[in-house]
Amino acid sequence: MTVEYIPDYVGTVTKYVFVESPSMTPGELALRAYEASEGVLIKETCFGLQVTGEPEAVDRLVAEIRTFDPNHIFVKDRGFPPGDPRRCRANLGGARPGYLGHEREFRILRYITRGLEALERGEEVPEAVPAYGKKPVLDIKRLQELIDEES
Amino acid sequence: MAKVFIYPATSLILSDLVARFGHEPLGAALGIRERIQTAGVDSPPLQITPEEPKRGLKYAAVEVPSGVRGRMAIYGPLIEEAEAAVVVTDADLAFGCMGCARTDELILFSLRQSGIPILELKYPTNEEEGVQFVVGIKKFLENLSNGGEA
Repeated sequence: MTVEYIPDYVGTVTKYVFVESPSMTPGELALRAYEASEGVLIKETCFGLQVTGEPEAVDRLVAEIRTFDPNHIFVKDRGFPPGDPRRCRANLGGARPGYLGHEREFRILRYITRGLEALERGEEVPEAVPAYGKKPVLDIKRLQELIDEES
Repeated sequence: MAKVFIYPATSLILSDLVARFGHEPLGAALGIRERIQTAGVDSPPLQITPEEPKRGLKYAAVEVPSGVRGRMAIYGPLIEEAEAAVVVTDADLAFGCMGCARTDELILFSLRQSGIPILELKYPTNEEEGVQFVVGIKKFLENLSNGGEA
């Protein structure tokens, strides 16, 4: 048996806002975002926010939110609207599908923040190692030093 | 503003950096959003219908499992639309069942075949690599803006 599917939030976009900041919690971010929301739906989460609304309104709000703490706030698109029963863990139990990927990347956000700060300060940056470069092996002299230190 | 495909297609970091530096990230969310906002016959959880593997035939042979073709129906049009790509090659979060794994291989193959500029990186494991990662992406995207090859 087939059931007609009537989608919610047609024509809207949803974005995740992640905050990894020593000076701002998701709660504070939500309060400040509400002040600037102008009709955009905001849902506070443990890592930040989800914002849903007309594309232009969401873009404007996201641009405003980024100014709160530019190097510690990160934004990405989401396909599903907030609370969608196909994804919301309230209906499924366990972590929301996709959460574990976010958790994995959340741990390295501090390195990205460091990179953004370096850009802001215009620091000299050493050449990056190519992605397919050979992995550096432990130098034999360094290995001997480590052994000597331990013994 | 260029359309930049990101891999892993669900990456928060890549999506943010591409948008932050003034370009449009093309990730999985765009394809998923298009499907779940289209009314029709219910096919939970992703509103993937039997039409998707047929559309996927454009990107994979008929012998390829329908799971891969169905996934390519989402990613294929995004790859076609892309003007450049940023790829993280050691993304341990981009794992999954064999369908996902084979689709990931096909995505990378399609990107390399397409001839668009591709930046390949690894996720940073310390602050120094973090700086190189961010600066590398910024330079690549700036070159796109200037119309030059990255």
